Amino acid sequence: MNIRRADESVEGSATVSTSFEPEVLERLERDAKEIIARYPKPRSALLPLLHLVQSEEGYVSEAGVRFCADAVGITPAQVTGVVTFYTQYKQHPVGDFHVGVCINSLCAIMGGDQIWRELSEYVGVGHDESTEDGKVSLERIECNAACDYAPVMMVNWEFFDDMTPDKAKQLVDDLRAGKQVAPTRGAESVCSWKQASRVLAGFNDGRAGEGAQAGYASLRGLQLAKDSGWAAPEPERGAE
Amino acid sequence: MTTLTPILTKHWDRPDSFTREAYEDDGGYEALRTALGMPQDDIIQAVKDSGLRGRGGAGFPTGMKWGFIPQADGKPHYLVVNADESEPGTCKDIPLMMANPHALVEGVIISAYAIRANIAFIYVRGEVLHVIRRLQQAVAEAYEAGYIGTDILGTGFDLELVVHSGAGAYICGEETALLDSLEGFRGQPRLKPPFPAVAGLYGGPTVINNVESIASVPAIVANGADWFASMGTEKSKGFGIFSLSGHVTRPGQYEAPLGITLRELLDMAGGVRAGHQLKFWTPGGSSTPLFTDEHLDVPLDFESVGAAGSMLGTRALQIFDETTCVVRAVLRWSEFYAHESCGKCTPCREGTYWYKQMLKRLEQGQGSEEDLDTLLDLSDNILGRSFCALGDGATSPVTSSIQYFRDEYIRHFEMGACPFDHAASTVWAGEK
Ligand SMILES: Cc1cc2nc3c(=O)[nH]c(=O)nc-3n(C[C@H](O)[C@H](O)[C@H](O)COP(=O)(O)O)c2cc1C
Ligand code: SF4
Ligand code: FES
Repeated sequence: MNIRRADESVEGSATVSTSFEPEVLERLERDAKEIIARYPKPRSALLPLLHLVQSEEGYVSEAGVRFCADAVGITPAQVTGVVTFYTQYKQHPVGDFHVGVCINSLCAIMGGDQIWRELSEYVGVGHDESTEDGKVSLERIECNAACDYAPVMMVNWEFFDDMTPDKAKQLVDDLRAGKQVAPTRGAESVCSWKQASRVLAGFNDGRAGEGAQAGYASLRGLQLAKDSGWAAPEPERGAE
Repeated sequence: MTTLTPILTKHWDRPDSFTREAYEDDGGYEALRTALGMPQDDIIQAVKDSGLRGRGGAGFPTGMKWGFIPQADGKPHYLVVNADESEPGTCKDIPLMMANPHALVEGVIISAYAIRANIAFIYVRGEVLHVIRRLQQAVAEAYEAGYIGTDILGTGFDLELVVHSGAGAYICGEETALLDSLEGFRGQPRLKPPFPAVAGLYGGPTVINNVESIASVPAIVANGADWFASMGTEKSKGFGIFSLSGHVTRPGQYEAPLGITLRELLDMAGGVRAGHQLKFWTPGGSSTPLFTDEHLDVPLDFESVGAAGSMLGTRALQIFDETTCVVRAVLRWSEFYAHESCGKCTPCREGTYWYKQMLKRLEQGQGSEEDLDTLLDLSDNILGRSFCALGDGATSPVTSSIQYFRDEYIRHFEMGACPFDHAASTVWAGEK
């Protein structure tokens, strides 16, 4: 979340679109109806609806805010209050590939700080900024629950484990060159930011079956147990 | 010697482990059939008897929590799974849901049946795209098989299960903030009491449990409470996933009975990385006070870790060797808490901000011993005075690092700089 303090600068939000084209609106309304139907109360649909409008425009524009407000019957100001609370909602466009570098203590110490420094300099953009071609944006992210693969990076919320400064630069070069890039634990290739947002809105893209079931570090305990002949105690039969 | 007990992790090495077919092949959804043939209260009793305690950090007895749900009150009940996993160092629920989402789904169905809930939610952090895909698919597969939906397996029990993605806010892991978030608001904690069991989601009786807690339920139903309770220690029963990360030879997930020690786990993981020694570690994430090499033999159960001055938390064992600057680690965690503070209460909002400002200065060697007293004073004003446990947790790294490494802070001041070579801590240190 972001709390803006009086002594920190507030960036003007670069909202341009204030309403959607009729055919876009119609499609969004159909999706919104489906999302709202999942919940006992419409307002519960707000977070997925924000992911939905983000999947349309890449960020939450003024049009997106109004759309969500109308959809759940609250004011745009109430929606904005929610948008600004959550870091995954962007108030200005991000790149097609949003690249995160984990800089929480463990990853930072294992090399994340150096990755960030070198990558940011190499790409020429800072935290929460995009390249001019709009392909890549960078973010300093917090622990992404992958510490056993430190240092960790994310692209459009797919895992890139065991990173180094060189691998990070190569990754961004590949993304900007339009090459297909595969996460270490995830789908066979990284989808676009907008496509990822649609999955977060609750629309499965049919790619769950791609990629490995588990990374190597996730399996280490199991492997060792198997090699050592260790197992959980046998349940007493007849209990059933 | 304690050995590993793969249960939740047992089939993760099967390439299709995340599919319903594979899960059923290995006996999955058998427990569901057993459970649906049992009176609900017997399931609650079995979970009570097993001694299962919440795996999300606080260790509250799961069966007791379920027992607080008022029964036959005619109101809708809700089950909410906390899959927000964002506590720094914690990395067990994410691989579990990636490799074995059906264990969670089966646990949800059984648990919802037990507490008489007809709607359940899995609130998963939004920054894990592929995990969300796997959960969505597992839920869809369970609907197809008639395990979720109306009249489940002909028993008359109905359940809807919604996978709900968060949007990047650590505080939404706090159970009442999670509820506000799930209702479509900013995620800010609620005053307790009333507890969620009485007034939770939409004001209705609600059980909130961690992923691993709920995923453990099918095994308890299948194998019995005694089986579960035969593992672990007297008051911390059963097994848990221990996550080793950092300066370890083989970091990863190790499922073991509660009460195993870090010395044993490190042995299994090949020790601290070659040529280095253990300096400090977190037993249960960054919100639990740091331990040092003095604590290698503390049994990792709720009581023993507590008695040694920390908390078992989420069993997130972040290991740091002697190349690591503790002040740097604490600064970065403090920046995290300042960023994630929801702003609702003054001690945490202002306190974490001051932590960040002060530690930034101290890490650069600008400070004096007096500043350490100020930090401890500040900590006294946060701990116990914050509205929720985020504020309390923020004080853990600060106070424990000063307790064990006061001299290291002072060395920063004496040198007027950080005395450590940060490059020496990286994974690629020594390679050229
Ligand atoms: C700041 C904060 C973050 C938390 N994050 C999580 C989390 O990501 N997952 C979780 O299960 N519990 C988290 N908790 C603990 C929950 O509030 C709650 O105790 C837990 O979900 C209960 O489930 P359990 O009894 O099964 O452990 C967090 C608590 C706090 C104060
Ligand atoms: S302690 Fe921090 S996170 Fe918790 S309510 Fe107060 S400001 Fe919010
Ligand atoms: S600290 Fe980077 S993933 Fe946990």
